[in-house]
Amino acid sequence: MTEKRKAVALISGGLDSLLAARVMMDQGVHVEGINFYTGFCVEGHTHAIRKKDRDRPKRNNALWVAEQLGIKLHILDIIEEYKDIVINPKHGYGSNLNPCLDCKIFMVNKAREWIDDHGFDCIVTGEVIGQRPKSQRRDTLPVVARESGADDRLVRPLCAKNLPPTRPEKEGWLDRDKLHDFSGRSRKPQMALAAHYGFEDYAQPAGGCCFLTDKQYSVKLADLWATRGKREYELDDIMLLKVGRHIRPGPNYKLIVGREEGENRFMEGYRKRFVHMLPTSHSGPLVLLDGEPDNNDIELAARLTARFSQGRDAERVIVEVTGKNGESRALAVKPYPAEQVPASWYL
Amino acid sequence: MKSVDARCLLCPLPVIRTQDAVASLQAGDSLEVLCTDPGAIHDIPAWCRVHGHEVCDINEQEDTITITIRVGSP
Ligand code: SF4
Repeated sequence: MTEKRKAVALISGGLDSLLAARVMMDQGVHVEGINFYTGFCVEGHTHAIRKKDRDRPKRNNALWVAEQLGIKLHILDIIEEYKDIVINPKHGYGSNLNPCLDCKIFMVNKAREWIDDHGFDCIVTGEVIGQRPKSQRRDTLPVVARESGADDRLVRPLCAKNLPPTRPEKEGWLDRDKLHDFSGRSRKPQMALAAHYGFEDYAQPAGGCCFLTDKQYSVKLADLWATRGKREYELDDIMLLKVGRHIRPGPNYKLIVGREEGENRFMEGYRKRFVHMLPTSHSGPLVLLDGEPDNNDIELAARLTARFSQGRDAERVIVEVTGKNGESRALAVKPYPAEQVPASWYL
Repeated sequence: MKSVDARCLLCPLPVIRTQDAVASLQAGDSLEVLCTDPGAIHDIPAWCRVHGHEVCDINEQEDTITITIRVGSP
């Protein structure tokens, strides 16, 4: 008996990659999954941080998909290498700071290295021609195959019939007739195929798989680069962009204001590295000051902190200010009137 | 027993650290993972299920969650 052919599927946790992997398995191919952690993934964090999201079932969708399929899932930490993709995307950004095309090329290239190391035959993705405006167009799908070095070892089972035959098809161990010809933005064919396989309760991410497709998030990242004067980031920076209200009264500092208990608790872990504030006369949020505020800035930040506390209408609110050296002092301040906070300060 | 400290890391990093540690172990070996993200209580067992490893114990004490795993055969 000939050995089973092996494919690695890029599993995002969404429906398309679930179906693509399943279609391969239908043809007797051994499939394992690979999932990339960039630091920008929507997956995982929000449920740990925000209380309102904590009531939803906690699950990692990529792992859930792997369980549904009964396949192994390898999760790769690409945080460091991915920085260059976000900072210098050769093919540019999508509508926000999402470098989708470069990102796809990078991930397929990583998968290509993985199959070379592990003796697998091909790479599978859930891409569909015309599904996404930039990264999944008729003219960009070949770019991904070519620039990743995967070439004809990259199989897109959901739209394969609209593309030239891949190596597994040419070698005769993958039947082109049993692959699909989906195209365009409609989700109906995917939903019908999901129903055919009996998949329910799959994740339907709205924008994309990561925070970089989010307008608000991209504004905050662009602000981080602009005010620091260099396009760089650390994992902690991009994690903190996911939490709190970000308010920038001046180029030298901004406030990160916890919006609820879950965020406050998450921000607690970062407190020691920032000048931070907490109202003590009234209940209120933990506030981190990112940057180099001077004494006037600290006074203003304390008034803004008071504005977000239960004492927003009080004459005076006591705010405890703790420096990076751990020394605290109490400031009695008049809360900043909500209607006077310029809209432009909110990132 | 080998131990992994994934405290203060958010999911999926505790899963990734677990995966990397298991890669250097043999079937039957045990591994203890310390973490603080409650998501790990769900994600690490899910990862173990798809790879055929056994979760022997999940212990929550104050903020630290300790998950003990026995490595399955490849
Ligand atoms: S949405 Fe994010 S993870 Fe998905 S392809 Fe675009 S940049 Fe990459």
